[in-house]
Amino acid sequence: MEDTTLRIDIESHADITVLTPYGDVDMNRTPALREKLSQAQRAKPSKVVVDLAHVEYMDSSGLATLVEAMRNAKRFQVELVLCSLNPRVLAIFEIARLQEFFTIRPTLDEACQSPA
Amino acid sequence: MKACTMNEKPHIHIELRSNPTYLAGVRQLVASVAQRLGMCEATCSQIALAVDEALCNVICHGYGRKTENPIWISIWPIHRKKPDQTGMRIVIEDEADQVELCQLKSRSLDDPKPGGLGIHIIREVMDTVTYEKRSPRGMRVTMEKFATSAPLKTSAPSSPSPERPTGSKSA
Repeated sequence: MEDTTLRIDIESHADITVLTPYGDVDMNRTPALREKLSQAQRAKPSKVVVDLAHVEYMDSSGLATLVEAMRNAKRFQVELVLCSLNPRVLAIFEIARLQEFFTIRPTLDEACQSPA
Repeated sequence: MKACTMNEKPHIHIELRSNPTYLAGVRQLVASVAQRLGMCEATCSQIALAVDEALCNVICHGYGRKTENPIWISIWPIHRKKPDQTGMRIVIEDEADQVELCQLKSRSLDDPKPGGLGIHIIREVMDTVTYEKRSPRGMRVTMEKFATSAPLKTSAPSSPSPERPTGSKSA
């Protein structure tokens, strides 16, 4: 059986939704992240935070999903913040020159506190 | 380890189906082989990423996400004299419809859009990248990375290359 499941925990506190994916975010698994992100954004909290602390690897399909989410964030006026990127994951953002396109914070606490 | 020329049989040659399920396993294989060929940890990760991106392009654009088509990966250790460097050559081949090489372009990064980053990432990470049509059908991409060329400069810290084992055992 093919494993396309990506565990994604979702929590909401004070109109902030935090998505926490676990594992590798590659072409095999990005559909799950895309779906959860879309659902979270359509609920229109004030902010959606994607906590990448438990993501060891991401490829361009993961980046594409996050770029799409960033575009949706601007359209729905729901802030999108990424946090807790490990060096390998941050490296791909830098290779693709996307580190300035996203709001990236070192920790979940800082991501939840960043101004709208 | 004796470095190989392109005419020699690859040291590693695998065939897989165009199923994204197998991407993780291929990444682990490539990173592990790269480490044993003397690459630092950051470079191993970047090579695995480049191979992953190339496979994704074959699966998505070559085979239209159909999961039963063949992809071949071949790996050689390589060496160049000036400067004195060892490295690895990775060749990925498929039987998808052929495309003109001028169509294989990196997307502009000025206006971020979903998709289109794979070729850019491959060219940023690897020292050399060559696309060509394969006879009688399909495409071939050849990528090379040398051990002492620096990993692509990012914020990620680099760990030192693993020490080569001494003694008579081959690597």
